[in-house]
Amino acid sequence: MITIKNLHASIDGKEILKGLTLEVPAGQVHAIMGPNGAGKSTLASVLAGREDYEVTEGSVDFDGVDLLELSTEDRAREGMFLAFQYPVEIPGVSNVNFLRTALNEIREYRGKEAISAKDFMAMVREKSAIVELDPKLASRAVNEGFSGGEKKRNEIFQMAMLEPKLAILDETDSGLDIDALRIVANGVNKLRSEKNATIVITHYQRLLDYIIPDVVHVLYNGRIVKSGPKELALELEEKGYDWIKAEQEAK
Amino acid sequence: MGYTENELAKDLENQEYKFGFVTNIESDKAPKGLNEGIIRFISAKKEEPEWMLDFRLKAFVLWKEMTEPEWAHVHYEKPHFQDITYYSAPKQSKKYESWDDVDPEMKETMAKLGISMEEQQRLTGVAVDFVMDSVSVATSFKSKLAELGIIFCSFSEAVKDHPELVRKYMGSVVPVTDNFYAALNSAVFTDGSFCYIPKGVRCPMELSTYFRINEGGTGQFERTLVVADQGAYVSYLEGCTAPQRDENQLHAAVVELIALDDAEIKYSTVQNWYPGDKEGKGGIYNFVTKRGVCERNAKIAWTQVETGSAVTWKYPSCVLKGDNSIGEFYSVAVTNNYQQADTGTKMIHLGKNTKSTIISKGISAGKSQNSYRGLVQIHKSADNARNFSQCDSLLMTDECGAHTFPYIECKNSSAKIEHEATTSKIGEDQIFYCLQRGISEEKAISLIVNGYCKEVLNQLPMEFAVEAQKLLAISLEGSVG
Repeated sequence: MITIKNLHASIDGKEILKGLTLEVPAGQVHAIMGPNGAGKSTLASVLAGREDYEVTEGSVDFDGVDLLELSTEDRAREGMFLAFQYPVEIPGVSNVNFLRTALNEIREYRGKEAISAKDFMAMVREKSAIVELDPKLASRAVNEGFSGGEKKRNEIFQMAMLEPKLAILDETDSGLDIDALRIVANGVNKLRSEKNATIVITHYQRLLDYIIPDVVHVLYNGRIVKSGPKELALELEEKGYDWIKAEQEAK
Repeated sequence: MGYTENELAKDLENQEYKFGFVTNIESDKAPKGLNEGIIRFISAKKEEPEWMLDFRLKAFVLWKEMTEPEWAHVHYEKPHFQDITYYSAPKQSKKYESWDDVDPEMKETMAKLGISMEEQQRLTGVAVDFVMDSVSVATSFKSKLAELGIIFCSFSEAVKDHPELVRKYMGSVVPVTDNFYAALNSAVFTDGSFCYIPKGVRCPMELSTYFRINEGGTGQFERTLVVADQGAYVSYLEGCTAPQRDENQLHAAVVELIALDDAEIKYSTVQNWYPGDKEGKGGIYNFVTKRGVCERNAKIAWTQVETGSAVTWKYPSCVLKGDNSIGEFYSVAVTNNYQQADTGTKMIHLGKNTKSTIISKGISAGKSQNSYRGLVQIHKSADNARNFSQCDSLLMTDECGAHTFPYIECKNSSAKIEHEATTSKIGEDQIFYCLQRGISEEKAISLIVNGYCKEVLNQLPMEFAVEAQKLLAISLEGSVG
C-alpha cells in the first residue's frame, strides 16, 4: 500500500527524518513506536503533506502514485487519512456539513456523483455506531466543546465515513481512558480489511493489546532501526528504549 | 505541491468585479453641482409639494454650515460636492403598467444581478421595489399588500399619495441636523422606499429593495422610511450591487425605522458595492445613517452583511425609547485589498427593562482596515437595562488591521452590560485539517468563515443567507496569507 524509501525531511532547516524506509502492504497493521523526539509525528505530518516540512530526499509510493507530487487535499482524495493527535476545532461548522463536503470532494475527484442527503444520513447513522459516537455529536460543530475522548472517537468516525486506503493514527490513544481506548480500538478493528492498511503511531504498548499489529517498528533518530512481530512492543514496554539507543550508538 | 496558496491569491486578485457592467440607458440628469437651483430642479422634476421643497431647502442651508466628520478610522479623498450629479433618472416616457413593459435592457441588468423580478416573484414571493439610479422602475405585489393596508412604494410616491405619514415620520428618527451626510441627503435625496404596516398587521412576505448605482459620477442619495404601527410586523430586505467605476462614487443614504408599541421590524442588508480594484482605485463611498426608534415593547433587529464599498461609514442604531423594548444588531463586515470599514451600532437605552444585543463579526483580508465602533448608552431613566455585546475579529493576512472601539456610557446603576471581544487569525491548523479530509483550500476558507459568521447569517431570511454565503466566499477566496 505504501512504500517509503530513504525519506529525509526537515523543518526550519533542522533534519528530523534521516533516511526512513518503511513498507506497509495492504491488509496489514503496522505500529510505529519510539522515544520522544524520534520523528513519529513528523512522519505522519510529512505523509499527510503539511507544508511546514520540507522533503529533501527519498520517495514515497502510495498504491502506485508518487505521493510527494500530490497536494495535501489530493493525498486525502487518493485515500490517505490522518487521525490527528490534536483534532482541530472549527466553530460554527457542523460535523455533518464538514464530512459531507469532504466526502463529496473526494467523490468528485474519483469521478463519482455527490452523495444524496438520504444516503449520507444513513451512512452517518451506520458509521457513528462503529465508534459508539452519540449521533447528536454529528450535528455539533466540528470538535467544538468535545471532550478529549469524543474528539478521538470523532476522528475514527470521520475515518469510517471517508473509507481510506491508508489510515495513520497519530497517538490516537493519548488522553483516552481505558473504556474510550477500547471503543476507539474496536472501531479501528472493525474497519480493518484486506484492502486497506493502517499505521498506528503510539508511545505505549497498551493500545496494541486492542489493535494487534502485524509488525512493530521502532523509530529512533529519524530512522526505522528495528522491526519485529507484535512481541517487540512488549519487550519495549518492559525494557524501555535505552537498549535500542545503546545498540544504535554501538553501530 | 500543485496549486499553491499564492497562485490562488493571484488568480483571484485578477478576477474582475463580477457585477462590473454599465447599462446603456439614456438618462435625464441635472447639471453637475449643488446649489439652491439644483434642489429646486430635483423637487420640480419629482413634482413635489411645497412642504417637501421646504424640507430640502432648510436642510441645504443647515448642511452648508456643517463640516465633514473626521473621527472615523478611515482615510479617503473627500468627495467634491460640486462635481457630483445630484439627479439622474432613466428616461422613460411613462411608468410601466406591467412587468412586460419594462425595458429589456433593464431586465437584462437585473438578470446579471441574478435577481430577475419574474423569478423573484414566482419563486420567492418577494415583492421588489427596484431602484435603478434614482427612480423606482417597478413595484410588484403592491395590490396584494394593499389588501392588508400595507403601503410599500417609492419614497416619491409616498410623498404624493401619503403626505400625512411622510410628514409625520420623516426626520423624526434622523433629524436633518443629525450629521453632515444626513443633512446632505435631506437636501438632495432623489428617491428611496417607503413602507407602512398598519396596526396589528403581520406583513406576509419579505419586502425587498434592490438598490443600484448606474450613472457614472451620479451620487446616490436614497431615503428609506419604514413605519410599523402598533403590533405590526415586517421583515425588510435591502440588497446592493454597483457597476465598476474608476472615480469614487458617493452614497449617502438615510434609513429611518419606526416601531410603534408592540411592533417588530427586521431590517436585513446584504451590501456588495464595488469595493475598488486591488490597488484601491475606485469604489463606492458608503456613508449611511440608519436608525430606528422602538416604542413600548417594540423590537428592531438590524442584520447586515457588508462585503463591498471602498469606504464604509455606517452605524445602524436603535433608540430604545419605550419600556421593555429590544434592539438587536447582527453584523458581518468583510474588507479586502484596500477597503476600509468603520461600522458598528448605537444602542440608546431610555426606557425601563430595555434590552440590546450586539453581535459583530469583522473579517479583514488583504491590506484592509476593519473597525468596529459601537456605543451602548444607558440613560438615567433606563432601569434594569441590559446589553450584551460580542465583537469578534478574524484576520486573514498579516497586512490587514482590525480595530474595536466600544464606547459605554452608563448613568443607571441597575444596568447590566456585558462586552466580549476576540481577535483571531484564520488558523493554518484549521485549513490543514480540512485539506487532509480532501477539502480544497477555497472550500475550507468558505466553511471556516461561514462557521465564524453563523450567528449573524442565521438571522437572515433563507434566500438572503444563501446569497450572503456566496458573497462571503467570493470576497475572501484565496485571501489567507
